[in-house]
Amino acid sequence: MTATPNTGTGTGTTSTPGTAAVPPPGNPKNVTTDQAKRLRAPLGHRRLLTRRDRVTLGLMAGVPTILHVALVWVTALASIALAFTTWDGIGFDSIKWVGLDNFKELFTNNPQFWPAVEHNVVWFVVLILIPTPLGLFLAVQLDKKIRFSKVYQTAFFLPVVLSMAVIGFVWQLVYNPDTGLINNLIGANEPGHYIDWIGDPDLNLWSVLIAASWRHTGYMMILYLAGLKGVDPALREASSLDGANEWQTFRNVIFPTLRPTNTVVLVVTIIEALRAFDLVFVFNKGAEGTELLSILVTNNIIGESSRIGYGSAIAVVLLVISLAVIIPYLIATFRKERRA
Amino acid sequence: MHSSSLGRPMPAASRRTVLRGIGGAAVLGAGIPLLSACGGSGTAADPKTVSLGSNASDAVPKKAFAEIYAAFTKQSGITVDVNTKDHNTFQEQINSYLQGTPDDVFNWFAGYRMQFFAAKKLATPIDDVWQKIGGNFPEAMKALSKGADGKYYFVPISTSLWGVFYRKSVFQQYGYEVPTTWDQLVALCKQMKKDGLVPFAFGDKDAWPALGTFDQINFRTNGYDFHVELMAGKASWTDAKVRTAFDHWAEILPYHQEGAVGRTWQDAAQTLISKKAGMYLFGSFVAQQFTNKADLDDLDFFAFPEINSAYGQDTVEAPTDGFMLSKAPKNKAGALKLLEFLGTPEAEQIYLKSDPSLVAASNKADTSSYTALQKKAYETISGAKHLTQFMDRDSRPDFTSTVMQPALQKFVRDPKGVDSLLASIERQKKTIFASA
Repeated sequence: MTATPNTGTGTGTTSTPGTAAVPPPGNPKNVTTDQAKRLRAPLGHRRLLTRRDRVTLGLMAGVPTILHVALVWVTALASIALAFTTWDGIGFDSIKWVGLDNFKELFTNNPQFWPAVEHNVVWFVVLILIPTPLGLFLAVQLDKKIRFSKVYQTAFFLPVVLSMAVIGFVWQLVYNPDTGLINNLIGANEPGHYIDWIGDPDLNLWSVLIAASWRHTGYMMILYLAGLKGVDPALREASSLDGANEWQTFRNVIFPTLRPTNTVVLVVTIIEALRAFDLVFVFNKGAEGTELLSILVTNNIIGESSRIGYGSAIAVVLLVISLAVIIPYLIATFRKERRA
Repeated sequence: MHSSSLGRPMPAASRRTVLRGIGGAAVLGAGIPLLSACGGSGTAADPKTVSLGSNASDAVPKKAFAEIYAAFTKQSGITVDVNTKDHNTFQEQINSYLQGTPDDVFNWFAGYRMQFFAAKKLATPIDDVWQKIGGNFPEAMKALSKGADGKYYFVPISTSLWGVFYRKSVFQQYGYEVPTTWDQLVALCKQMKKDGLVPFAFGDKDAWPALGTFDQINFRTNGYDFHVELMAGKASWTDAKVRTAFDHWAEILPYHQEGAVGRTWQDAAQTLISKKAGMYLFGSFVAQQFTNKADLDDLDFFAFPEINSAYGQDTVEAPTDGFMLSKAPKNKAGALKLLEFLGTPEAEQIYLKSDPSLVAASNKADTSSYTALQKKAYETISGAKHLTQFMDRDSRPDFTSTVMQPALQKFVRDPKGVDSLLASIERQKKTIFASA
């Protein structure tokens, strides 16, 4: 997999003595040029590739390819294969083929599986319904060149900079039933009045979604703000000349031009919903009420449990769901591009 | 450094060479974690060095173990090369660690978890060592150190103990008596509630503390033998006996601290320290939370009360930590000497002087330096007819972590759904125990 002479260029042969008779395409003048001169001095526009260039290019294309194949494709295919086996992770001879048993067990016997699927969906719906419009709203306000706009931007964007693990840690301090901020403020940290934000399955998903929305709002705000900066000011001017009020301008003129941003927002939100993991894992390890597919995968594979086959089966379910969302989107995008 | 390792010396830096340097660095950077993930310190077979993989990452045990190794070096002239990893990380990586190039000797737990790796041939039997140290340990410890094949694989060093912890001053203040039967316990709970205390402090956010409560209630109700069968996947979770144990638990559950699933065990311990709670069913390492000396002196415990007179209080849950020999130690002779030393009362004493939350596994260790709490724990353990480890050490870790932990969290929150819960546990158990 190291550099092959032709990697990355159609003119790779020109610099090698002996094959120099082959004229570089496109420039008939070259045929008559003195060979030695050509070898000695690569002149500006001729772009001759030395051996070193080719090695460099080969490495630059080859190394990422190897890494990509090894870390993405091989591992993905291996997990799919392992999903049909049981394996405790010790020695390759302990891998046993079990067909569809893992999936049967998952769909019929695992009390955490269907709630996990449901929670991933709820996660997506909530992110689309609450922080996304809120982020758009903030972006529109900040786009009006109000004072301290940069300060507000920084403040709202700050949660995005924090890692999810930190966010989970901070919010579980806020929600702590005994010493947490909320229960202390509303006096719910006494026996008989406890509100268990972290443990109660009717509450904990919403508690954690508030934390997730807190972060997602800032993310959406920045995406929309970038989109709004790209809107032609002439459109606004034309719209106001036509007598449209602010809301009408936004609805009929600005928002339609944000279409590319909306697509990005949708994709980002779907990805966030499917990969939701760190926040919940730190928050309460995915106890009842906050089960997520990603957490089930981790709990089954990582650590001493080592139910690698079974965990892979859950990972495959997550993969299938991701593909079901991504493939239609890609098809639609490519179709549009082709038309354009 | 990275670019020079690719071959010839660098010519004047052009954009290309810089890029190549970065590319090379990326390759090396990707390679380093892969290599180091193989674990083990790379010491060659030096007869004067034994490598040891340690999970003692907390300050107190780390220092205590260092003192033991220093004493060993003094005695034998062999250096111990310690490779300490974070406690939880060590546990999570144990599978790949033992399959890679593990250290000669490593920290681990007694019981099923030890037997599992012994059966997988990832540990070396140490019967020779036990011929010399056998006299230092009681029978129950010997049983805990054997693999399923009857060979010894483990040298125990320290033991913690699960019981009902309370503050002497609180019991004195309200005139409470230590309960020895189930009825007395229930009556005490009622009285504490009347007195405005939380009878049982409880935090199950980490999902494992509830396993300890179940263990106590189950072996008191159904006896040690049934408990072992249940843990080994042989007895059924839908057995009426298990249901009886859960009924007992449901009876005292209303006297447990509310909102347990959202509370860490450390926070629950704080309610005992602040005298808001009367009792706490937990391991003796709860003492680590009692940072104030006066509070620690006030801490006491009693064995979980008798439920069925046929079994009395004959079983004690005493999770034991110790050492094992890896599959292919580089310096086997030295490692055996180290294990032999670790099995002496001398080594145990060095350890326990620095960590008062535990007691020695050996019955030859000098108990004169023990605190009152340690002495009582020691007596309780040596008086026990049977020792258990803890549910996640006595049973398959995949079963306890993926099935029992969420199931018991669910029970703690909603004890009414117990029948369907037990049916679900039994169904999942069958699949897990069926897979080798």
